Amino acid sequence: MDGLSCHMPASESRPALEVLREQISRLGGRSGRRRAVLPFGLDEIDSRLPGGGLMLGALHEVAGGGCDALHAAAAGQFAAGIAGRTRGKVLWIVSRQDVFAPALMQVGLSGRRVIYVEARSDVDVLACFEEGLRHGGLGAVVAEVARLSMTASRRLQLAAETSGALGIALRRWRRPTGAADFGQSTASVTRWRVSVLPSVALPVPGVGRPRWRLELIRARAGDEAIFEVEACDGQGRLAQSGLVENRLALPAVLADGSDQEAVGRRRARA
Amino acid sequence: MGADAPAPEAALALVGRAGRRRVVRSVDLVARKAGLCPGTPVAKAQALYPDLTIMDADPQGDREGLEKLALWFQRRMAPVVAVDPPDGIVLDTTGADHLHGGEQAMLAAMVLRLRRTGVTAKAAVADSLGAAHALARYGRARMLVVPPGEAAAAMADLPIAALRLPDDIVDGLHALGVSRIGPLAGMPRAPLALRFGPEVARRLDQAFGRVAEAIVPIRPVEPVEVSRNFAEPIGAAETIARMIGTLVPPLCQLLEERGQGGRCFDLLLHRVDSRAEAIRIATAQPVRAAGRLIRLLCEKIETIDPGFGIERMVLTVSWAEPMGVRQAMSLLDEADEPDVSGLIDSLANRVGTQALYRFMPVESDMPERSFCRVPALAPDEAKDWPDHWPRPMRLLPRPEPVHAMAELPDQPPIFFIWRGVRRKVRCADGPERVFGEWWKGDAELTTARDYFRVEDTSGERFWIYRAGDGEHGETGSQGWFLHGIFG
Repeated sequence: MDGLSCHMPASESRPALEVLREQISRLGGRSGRRRAVLPFGLDEIDSRLPGGGLMLGALHEVAGGGCDALHAAAAGQFAAGIAGRTRGKVLWIVSRQDVFAPALMQVGLSGRRVIYVEARSDVDVLACFEEGLRHGGLGAVVAEVARLSMTASRRLQLAAETSGALGIALRRWRRPTGAADFGQSTASVTRWRVSVLPSVALPVPGVGRPRWRLELIRARAGDEAIFEVEACDGQGRLAQSGLVENRLALPAVLADGSDQEAVGRRRARA
Repeated sequence: MGADAPAPEAALALVGRAGRRRVVRSVDLVARKAGLCPGTPVAKAQALYPDLTIMDADPQGDREGLEKLALWFQRRMAPVVAVDPPDGIVLDTTGADHLHGGEQAMLAAMVLRLRRTGVTAKAAVADSLGAAHALARYGRARMLVVPPGEAAAAMADLPIAALRLPDDIVDGLHALGVSRIGPLAGMPRAPLALRFGPEVARRLDQAFGRVAEAIVPIRPVEPVEVSRNFAEPIGAAETIARMIGTLVPPLCQLLEERGQGGRCFDLLLHRVDSRAEAIRIATAQPVRAAGRLIRLLCEKIETIDPGFGIERMVLTVSWAEPMGVRQAMSLLDEADEPDVSGLIDSLANRVGTQALYRFMPVESDMPERSFCRVPALAPDEAKDWPDHWPRPMRLLPRPEPVHAMAELPDQPPIFFIWRGVRRKVRCADGPERVFGEWWKGDAELTTARDYFRVEDTSGERFWIYRAGDGEHGETGSQGWFLHGIFG
């Protein structure tokens, strides 16, 4: 097993499919020019995302699976890993503060870059979220919200589209029953569910590199898929999960960062 | 008083003249505890308390000091501030309390700031000036926030002297056997008015908020301000926005001429019914960019109530700081990080300044003390958190006790029960021993914690610790706590 349980379509049809997608998005009037993307650096994931990565200037949703729906620890770290790979300040909007900043630093999001906003209610969270997205000078805007209606998400998506900012709605509920809300449709471009998996057993006592099950539940102009990955490393990069016996988790140095800088520059010019 | 000030433990009385007699005007806490009260003739006071220190009262100096204090309040707390001699300051906090994190937090901040300068203060927030005046002086609580509409109930038990009535009327009411506001408010008005004049009813109505009472704000010396009178009162939000648009550019011009930028701006809107509505905006850095100010002010228009119309608008800079000229943009520069101060300001005016922050490392091994909040635009510090051990994404606000079974002295638990769920530990990292910080207090002289990162059979990872080193009782209770959740 290669640890990647997703069904790949026939690769011959890809160019034709790309052309069709291009046409559809042009009909939708969304892209005069091609949108910048933020690749994960993992071909398995990037190839499943339209454009080859997480679209910038768009709203993405992340939620935790199981118990993590309440704590959003894995989901938060996933979001921090994405935000850490952007350039510029990051706005992190919460309604109750329990983020432990050293953990963000360990996935590549330095404490110097994160500005926290502690909003009193969900309404305030969404208002600050929209304002942050409209500004356009931030690397990413992360907001921990419970309820996200179609209308609210559409506003956020429009704000992100006009400014080119990357918005991550970190869905987090107070009680487990609230997580059913994640089934409601929203205007976000992608929607992820992150669940923790047992780490790979080490030959010595100790906890190995954390592993996650990443479910891409929804992707605009893309298919859903499930990946098993190793959690973000110090640069916020995921790694392909190896289930090979006795294999130690190696830091995922898959790319040399030049692509991220290119993205940043492209955004700064735009 | 400087070096001439008497020792704080000495009984002190300030004396002044009342007609031809010299009477005690005010006393300090020591003298009050000894039983001396204002109004006593000086000769009697000296006879009763031989070691009393007596100094001349300086009403003019007191008044000036009060005005200085009021100006400080005006700069820091709320736009409309008035002195309430001899010993009070009145603030209209409408539209300003959110900047300080709500009314309770605002009061606490005020009282604390005053206490640090050696002033003991009491504070109250209520619907009307009269109610707040009475509750701050005669209420039991040091700080009191009266919810809207409950001023009458809160005041019922206060003595009638709290109503700002002349002394002879208070004495007259006492003679009638009325000593509390509640019964007085319940009495028929006509006989009262016949006997004492309209004053009693007027003060009652002012206190209960039935009659408007204007607060005449003090003004800083030479304020930077722009005002505009309207021939016809205005009320529509769009009109107000347009007028803000005409007021701001001249103000920015004034600031530029002085080489200053504003940190705090007040827009006073005087209504035709002689009440004033206020908008206050604060910025993280000195600002004199007209576009940004207009946007910040216009975001607040919905918070004001124009009533029957606004006839005069005054825009004042209540806190200005020097601000140099800066080159805005250059082609030679490498594209710098975009400026986010505008965003910070508009967010701060929505959620309050203290709700916007960054975390900075503090050199402490105790996880809950290893960070501090700094303002969002504070200068960067070079240091970062140490990166030896994985840290949990979520740190619980306070560690939660768990039932755990572990081998002593230094093995991770075999299982633990948290929030009613029993979790079997599959693998663990640790212990990471953290010692108490003896310089914080005697209690931490010997304490220690052993932190473990544990993973349960379903793959969830937690940060749990044992209070104590597992061997010595004085190092902690040896109980287990869950402190964080890993991703």
